[in-house]
Amino acid sequence: MKKLFVLFMALTLVFTLSACSDDGEGVGLQEEGKVLNIRVWNDEFIGRFRDFYPGYLETKENGQDLLDDGTVVNWIEVANDNNGYQNALDTALANQKSASADDKVDMFLIEADYAKKYANDTYALDVIEDLKIPEYTLSQQYQYTKDIVTDDSGKLRAVSWQATPGLFAYRTDVAEEVLGVSDPAAVQALLDSWTKFDNVAQDMKTEGYVMISGFDDAYRAYSNNTSAPWVNEDDEIIVDNQIIEWIKQTKTYTDNGYNNETGLWSAEWFKDMGPEGNAFGFFFSTWGINFTLKDASKADADGPEAVGNGLFGKYHVIEGPASFYWGGTWLVGAKGTDNPTLVRDIMMKLTASEKIASNITLETEDYTNNMAAMDAIANDAEYGSKFLGGQNHIALFNESASTIDMKNISPYDQGLNESIQQSFKDYFLGTITWAQAWAAFEEKITALYPELELKDIPADPFA
Amino acid sequence: MKKKKTKINYAKWGYRFVIPFVVVYVVFSLIPLLSTFFYSFFEYYFRYGGLEKVGPNFILFDNYVTLFTEGMFFKYFGNTMLIWIIGFIPQVIVSLLLALWFSSTRLNIKAQGFYKAIVYMPNLVMASAFSLLFLKLFSNNGPVTNFLLESNLISETFSFVDQKWTTRGLLAFMNYLMWFGNTTILLMAGIMGIDKSVLESAQVDGANSFQVFFRIVLPLLRPILLFVMVTSLVGGVQLFDLPQIFTAGSGGPEMGSMTVIMYISRLLGVSKQYGLAGAASTVLFVMTAVVSLGFFFIFYRKEVITSKSEKKVKVNE
Repeated sequence: MKKLFVLFMALTLVFTLSACSDDGEGVGLQEEGKVLNIRVWNDEFIGRFRDFYPGYLETKENGQDLLDDGTVVNWIEVANDNNGYQNALDTALANQKSASADDKVDMFLIEADYAKKYANDTYALDVIEDLKIPEYTLSQQYQYTKDIVTDDSGKLRAVSWQATPGLFAYRTDVAEEVLGVSDPAAVQALLDSWTKFDNVAQDMKTEGYVMISGFDDAYRAYSNNTSAPWVNEDDEIIVDNQIIEWIKQTKTYTDNGYNNETGLWSAEWFKDMGPEGNAFGFFFSTWGINFTLKDASKADADGPEAVGNGLFGKYHVIEGPASFYWGGTWLVGAKGTDNPTLVRDIMMKLTASEKIASNITLETEDYTNNMAAMDAIANDAEYGSKFLGGQNHIALFNESASTIDMKNISPYDQGLNESIQQSFKDYFLGTITWAQAWAAFEEKITALYPELELKDIPADPFA
Repeated sequence: MKKKKTKINYAKWGYRFVIPFVVVYVVFSLIPLLSTFFYSFFEYYFRYGGLEKVGPNFILFDNYVTLFTEGMFFKYFGNTMLIWIIGFIPQVIVSLLLALWFSSTRLNIKAQGFYKAIVYMPNLVMASAFSLLFLKLFSNNGPVTNFLLESNLISETFSFVDQKWTTRGLLAFMNYLMWFGNTTILLMAGIMGIDKSVLESAQVDGANSFQVFFRIVLPLLRPILLFVMVTSLVGGVQLFDLPQIFTAGSGGPEMGSMTVIMYISRLLGVSKQYGLAGAASTVLFVMTAVVSLGFFFIFYRKEVITSKSEKKVKVNE
């Protein structure tokens, strides 16, 4: 029995070893790793990659992608909830050095809210110097998409295939009924400042509609226009006047019944986008319109994407009272990758190619990060989004994108934005006072960022 | 001497058999336990939301001072105990009643096994699934809320999930529903362990069923009741998955359903505050121990007091 066991172990060992040697015996052509590990939090980029990356051949049964150079792309998807994506990524990056070649993180995705955390020398390859992507190839990308991922020493650490200017998407049928006009230019004229926006909100209420669905809908339109970052150099939290304005507006809207008291991403919020909802409009950036709103607006989720299915074709977009952006995804080449050439190739093709950018926009209605391509589509009189009733939303995005300024972002944005939204929900509902809401905010912050301090509680604007 | 040598030593097998347990316990329980305690004396967290390590710097009791002065720990401990108590009181009453009915020779309930299985059933459902189900049922657009709204039992602005007390109440109800079956089985075992002849002689002496219950069953059930209370308390203090799922980790309205373990997990979530989280865990451990001992003392007061007085008497002698 013992002998059998030893024999078995020996055989296992032989097989393992021989398997190893198989891997190593390249003919000299294959200098880089055979497995490309890409970490993502949803399947948005996976879809883009499969549809638009020229080197993509096929997806195998186990969900890995085969590329034309024989490399296998291994997608590691961890959802964002409760910081899950970042936690898993942190662990993987901490083990980057000791991980075997095929397990190393080669590329990972980041969002604007925590871009600063990863777009630095510790984790990210320098796009220009390490990955040798010539600077001129990136000249058509929006400057803000480069600023946000440029580290303190001026080195570009990531690239993005999309720009995420925000717009206000409204329902033409409601506009016609309440405002008497539905044309984007006319509606924009009625909504180009917050004061006008508030006035229309009152009209909506009178006619049985709500201006926006929930508490946090207008948040980005305010928070993106702050005059300073959330946190100053002494680790003190600075509550900008724009944040106070958002609280003021949302409290007024809630008290007056101008919203439906929904939370972002809740079932009620999605319902408000559909034919059963009574919300006039939504603040959304690129992905929100062609992805979130489009899906939620249908009466029959599996039905055709055509006019007649719910609100398909009934939404239009305008710039609204304030310009803003929301979200955005960047590709980062991970330090320690064993596939730098492939990482470089993917970044080049998916973010720097005008043709691919143009194709992505034409097929998905997403707004891509290539000014030349976007200008062409914006000026194309024949182009129009079917979902937006034939409106050329790219033209509007194009105007909005040039105004995006991300100089005021901080590494704490995600936690602080989420915390203030969560903490003030009770205040809007009237169950807690102004001071209690700030106490709740501080309570959440100390758990998230112990180094931060909220020195002064802002004065109550209603007091 | 000779005799001893020929005797086979079975003890070594005993040691060998416990090796797996000891190894697993030391690696996965004891070492983490001690390191939690150890790190509670250090400043040890990550800046920028988990990016840059700070510490570990030895700061002795500073984490404990923070914990006690910020007051959050005790707020959350209060939440935890409140949710536990609201659920535990009906749990014990209903369980005791069910246990009495099931074990009553007078009622002689038929198909007992069936009822026992039904009563125990909720405990088999995963807490997170249970929580999610309740969240769907009681959300602002959920079937229960809509039904109550349509039958005009609640006002239009009423919301189960946006108010502190309804959220706590639902959590307590879930906790009750999940655990009353378990308690019933335990109490039933306790009641059946009581000598029938004691009960019969009481009846012969003319005691009614209330007297039998309060004078005989309850006192004899004390050890089991203590066990139920202590285990339920230890479980209650560690309440986590129900409120975590139900409030999506936010702690609910006014953070009124944030439990201590949720707090600890939140401390470890983004900024990985090993120091403060360690201190919170240590304090929680001490408090649980103290409360458990408190129960023990209350239930065995007589014995404790008498043994003390006996000692006194002895000293006097």
